[in-house]
Amino acid sequence: MSNATSLPRSSAAGLVQARALPIVSAMLLGVMLIAGTGFVSISAVHNAAHDQRHAIGFPCH
Amino acid sequence: MHIFRNIVFVAAIVGLAAGLVLTAIQQFGTQPLIVKAEVVEQQREAAAEAQPHEHAAGDHHHEEGAWEPADGAERFGWTLVANILSGVGFALLLLSASELKGGLKSWREGLLWGLAGFAVFTLAPSVGLPPQAPGVEGAPVLDRQIWWVATAAATAIGLALIAYGRSPLAAVAAVALIAAPHIIGAPQPTEPPAIPHDLAHGFVVAVTVTGFLFWATLGALAGALRPRFSDA
Repeated sequence: MSNATSLPRSSAAGLVQARALPIVSAMLLGVMLIAGTGFVSISAVHNAAHDQRHAIGFPCH
Repeated sequence: MHIFRNIVFVAAIVGLAAGLVLTAIQQFGTQPLIVKAEVVEQQREAAAEAQPHEHAAGDHHHEEGAWEPADGAERFGWTLVANILSGVGFALLLLSASELKGGLKSWREGLLWGLAGFAVFTLAPSVGLPPQAPGVEGAPVLDRQIWWVATAAATAIGLALIAYGRSPLAAVAAVALIAAPHIIGAPQPTEPPAIPHDLAHGFVVAVTVTGFLFWATLGALAGALRPRFSDA
């Protein structure tokens, strides 16, 4: 881990890029979780999450 | 990696707590209505089966032999698991989106983000696709899922443009984006709902209020916890 102590704002573009990747990764992980519980159509998954899908307002049968 | 780890860690705590709150509220709000609607649904299915092969070929759900949790503790347990996983998923979205704007500073700011989440994931989709209790036949599930996701995405982008856009043009685009899915219209069912109107209406109210409390909890908690992990 390099510690950028000096010139804190000089490489704003690099900083933005360094932050964007982990943030977008976390976002994709969230999308995958919601897709898994709310949208996957495999019967067993649907039945397990059935009440939750109705109660959150996800489209269900 | 610090940012990713911090977001996931806070989202896990927030999602767990919000999922527990959601499950508790559902037990009083939506669950009794789901059970009541299922009785109607089963009566209807039994009646349909009594008439030989009136059963539509497209009637896909409740496939024979597919596993489903037994009523009672097992069913409750899977609902709890699903609620927590969704809670973590929504918390990841809220935290990562707010991180793009520098990260949440307080519970109050988090609460505002939570209200935006409520507007995006509960209000906007339910305008065209009201939350349905079991027994309400809708349009094909895939069509409704596509409309649901597109509406949530358009509303999220629209709200972001309103909050952070600089020009009047951005605001106009935002309003158009938020309105567009409703002008296009959600896929509509071909047959009227089989459950009583007041039950269907009560379900919409219960889901909306439950969703509001869920998002308020999720947002405020995310805002309260995020500053404790702000070294990223």
